[in-house]
Amino acid sequence: MARLKDIPSGEREMIKELPCPEFEDTPFVRIKKPLSQCRISLLSTAAIQRRGEKLFWRGAVDYRVIPGDIEPNDVVMSHSSVNFDRTGFQQDLNICFPLERLQELANRGVIGSVGAFHYSVIGGSEPEKLKPAALEIARMLKNDHVDILFLVPI
Amino acid sequence: MRLHSEKIRPPRALWVPFELGRPLGVPNDPEFQHRVIAAVLGLLKHDRGPVLEDYLEEVPDGEVNEEQITMDGQFCPINLTSSPSKDSDLMQALEAEINHLAPWYEMAVNQRRRTTVGVSGLDILDAARFLAAMAESGDPFVPRDDLERGPMLKLCCEDLTSFYGEAISVQPGMNASTAVENWIWGHTVLGETMWKIREVNLESKDDFMRYHAQRSLIPDRQIHLREENPRVFRSWSLDKK
Repeated sequence: MARLKDIPSGEREMIKELPCPEFEDTPFVRIKKPLSQCRISLLSTAAIQRRGEKLFWRGAVDYRVIPGDIEPNDVVMSHSSVNFDRTGFQQDLNICFPLERLQELANRGVIGSVGAFHYSVIGGSEPEKLKPAALEIARMLKNDHVDILFLVPI
Repeated sequence: MRLHSEKIRPPRALWVPFELGRPLGVPNDPEFQHRVIAAVLGLLKHDRGPVLEDYLEEVPDGEVNEEQITMDGQFCPINLTSSPSKDSDLMQALEAEINHLAPWYEMAVNQRRRTTVGVSGLDILDAARFLAAMAESGDPFVPRDDLERGPMLKLCCEDLTSFYGEAISVQPGMNASTAVENWIWGHTVLGETMWKIREVNLESKDDFMRYHAQRSLIPDRQIHLREENPRVFRSWSLDKK
């Protein structure tokens, strides 16, 4: 998330008027075990993906899988928007996909473990059309015994 | 956006004051990033939601190099393919610029042990050649069988801006996003080439090309900057070539 005032006026108005899905209630799950026993995965909206695999295009509603042991050099980005900074990502993958930070927390015992797989979608697509992808991702997270999904918007 | 979180009401959300593209705040600063993650994990202590908290630590002020950068005096210590004589003046200017940046790019890759260049699947000079031809003829040969002209253009732009961004951001004082962006779009042949492509495709009959020219070729803030103060931009003109 960022400050609206830092965004150019045209983009700012578009963001302010962007239709958002609204929900009557909020699903809220309490964490029932200590953080030091929890398994965490990442979900990014930065359209990152493994080098060489199918690219994201504007409006895509599918997802990519990023394995937990991926080398940073094997991650590229194919987001259609140019209205966010890319230079941070060019310098450090963790700026938008903090996989190494999670691994450090697991090594220190702050969290239990890092998920075997992580996920990426392209932000800016219609949220309702992402539901099938979301359900598939949820199923895989459950099978991977992930307790916490850290959603990192770009 | 805080506004969107207020509407969607996700179970737990942390608003951060960082620019778009840098949700963890500061690249190559693990301690800063860990403080952001700690705040995110701190949301888990709540027993009921939705929870929307603000992260108040700002990114430290960086030294932004406001000087106009020239690369005229730099030599290239590695061997690069010499320019074929059939290349246009524009392509030769692009190739010279890429050659000047190549040592910095190599240093960036060695230092970071990674590169984000490569989505086009083309050699960087071939990607530049495609862009130059787009600016000059508008209908160049597409070097990939699986892509049409518009998507090919998008990927070549991604690779070239990544190459330039990675190369220049390894220089002292050039790691701030605005410094890199202002340099690419205001002071390089690449930037001027993309401005030209934008100009000739704003009214294109090809839907992809028109959208790309209007919305996803050049950042909005650079378009505003150029409209408000055209003199900050490079004087090099494609039309004079």
